Amino acid sequence: MEGVCLLAALIAVVPLFAFLWHLVAMGAGAFSSALFTQLPLPPGEAGGGLKNAILGSVLVVGAATVVGIPVGIGAAVFMTEFAKPRVAATLRFFCDVLSGIPSIVMGLLAFQILVRPMHHFSALSGALALGFIMLPVVVITTQEMLHLVPHSLREAGHALGIPAWRIASSISVRAAAPGIITGILLSISRIAGETAPMLFTAFGNPFMSWDPRAPIATLPHTIFNYAISPYEDWHRLAWGGALVLVLGILGATLLSRFILWWHQRSLRA
Amino acid sequence: MLACHDLQIEFNRVPVVRGISLDFPARKITAIIGPSGCGKSTLLRAFNRMHDLTPGARVTGTVTLDGRDIYGKAEDAVLVRRRIGMVFQKPNPFPTMSIFDNVIAGLRLVGVRNRGTLREAAESALMDAALWDEVKDRLKSNPMSLSGGQQQRLCIARALAVDPKVLLMDEPCSALDPIATAKIEELLFRLRERLSVVIVTHNMQQAARVSDYTAFLWMGQLIETGLTEKMFTNPKERTTEDYITGRFG
Repeated sequence: MEGVCLLAALIAVVPLFAFLWHLVAMGAGAFSSALFTQLPLPPGEAGGGLKNAILGSVLVVGAATVVGIPVGIGAAVFMTEFAKPRVAATLRFFCDVLSGIPSIVMGLLAFQILVRPMHHFSALSGALALGFIMLPVVVITTQEMLHLVPHSLREAGHALGIPAWRIASSISVRAAAPGIITGILLSISRIAGETAPMLFTAFGNPFMSWDPRAPIATLPHTIFNYAISPYEDWHRLAWGGALVLVLGILGATLLSRFILWWHQRSLRA
Repeated sequence: MLACHDLQIEFNRVPVVRGISLDFPARKITAIIGPSGCGKSTLLRAFNRMHDLTPGARVTGTVTLDGRDIYGKAEDAVLVRRRIGMVFQKPNPFPTMSIFDNVIAGLRLVGVRNRGTLREAAESALMDAALWDEVKDRLKSNPMSLSGGQQQRLCIARALAVDPKVLLMDEPCSALDPIATAKIEELLFRLRERLSVVIVTHNMQQAARVSDYTAFLWMGQLIETGLTEKMFTNPKERTTEDYITGRFG
């Protein structure tokens, strides 16, 4: 029995290592400074890089994060610290439903809200789609972290005559901060890899674009386009881009783990 | 002086405190004793409006501090709690703040900014709570590095720093060892010089040792109240006698 379970456990981690090995083997060849500093070249010409897609992803994910994080944390604080239990439970139910909605449907929503009225694809609509996807993730993780803060700390705050908003910000959120930051990093990792909603929002762009109203390239979408293209050199770039994406997400995950570990250590000290 | 009149407290329509009227003389220590579930903590928490935070709790009757109804329409519960402080059963310092920041939390988080004022308030509160000598060299440390008794005295200092008129204590020693308990009891005698203390305790010896007055609660009602000496040597009611001699509870 134990042997069978051990085998199952090994099989469960095989995909990770197989994937990492493959990714490094295929992507390392494209991993150079050109990947980050050069734009893609027309099909058939060797060389070029993915500067537009890497920066495009940073911009779109950044815009989604800048709006999504304050709204998500604010909503979670309202639900945990201020709302009546029934209101909080209802809002939480909506967030749970929202988090289960497929990302392509969220893309469709952004398409309907921004792309159709504007009559063209845009970085802004891509950011909106990613913001929609990120929001419930931030709300739910922030709420879970706030629930872990002992009620006795809030009581201590109330007993000192501290106003409720100040207890929420300086006691509850502060005590939950490491967990909340972890949740934020994980939600960023989650949206950084989204491809489907980018198809009809950000749309992609072979050039570097800084205009929020114009189409923009994103890394996962570019990987998709290049991987299905018939050109050998674009396949190479696709692998390079995949490596960059995975390293970024891995970095965020490790950073969140480190923050939690560091916080727990400082609490014991 | 703190007083309550015909105080009733119910949770989701289940009465827990049933019509209690009591006076808590100024600059005296009053102990509330009684068996588990008699409503003593519930009663105590009505005195700084903590039940406002509990959905389903309803408080009727009056609680007055120096003649003013703390449940009055014009009263803000947040301001009431600055005049009537509370110390809880388990020490609950803020783990994300230093020892120093804990003591002045009740000042800084309501907008006091002046460093000199904060520094002075912290020092005098820690002295009043008999903790200054033990922490003066480590004010920037994490409060979780203190012992349980030190943490509880830190919580007392934190409550004293906002300069309340009344200090409510909900079994403040039940999580502490006898030596830490003795330190807190000693401290109570000195606090009596400047404020009124209402202490809920499970421990009858403690009530007899520290309090000037005692109130005995049983099943949500006040059975007997009076000078502690008299209550413990010559109780008027049979139930009181049975409880303090350990026949039930």
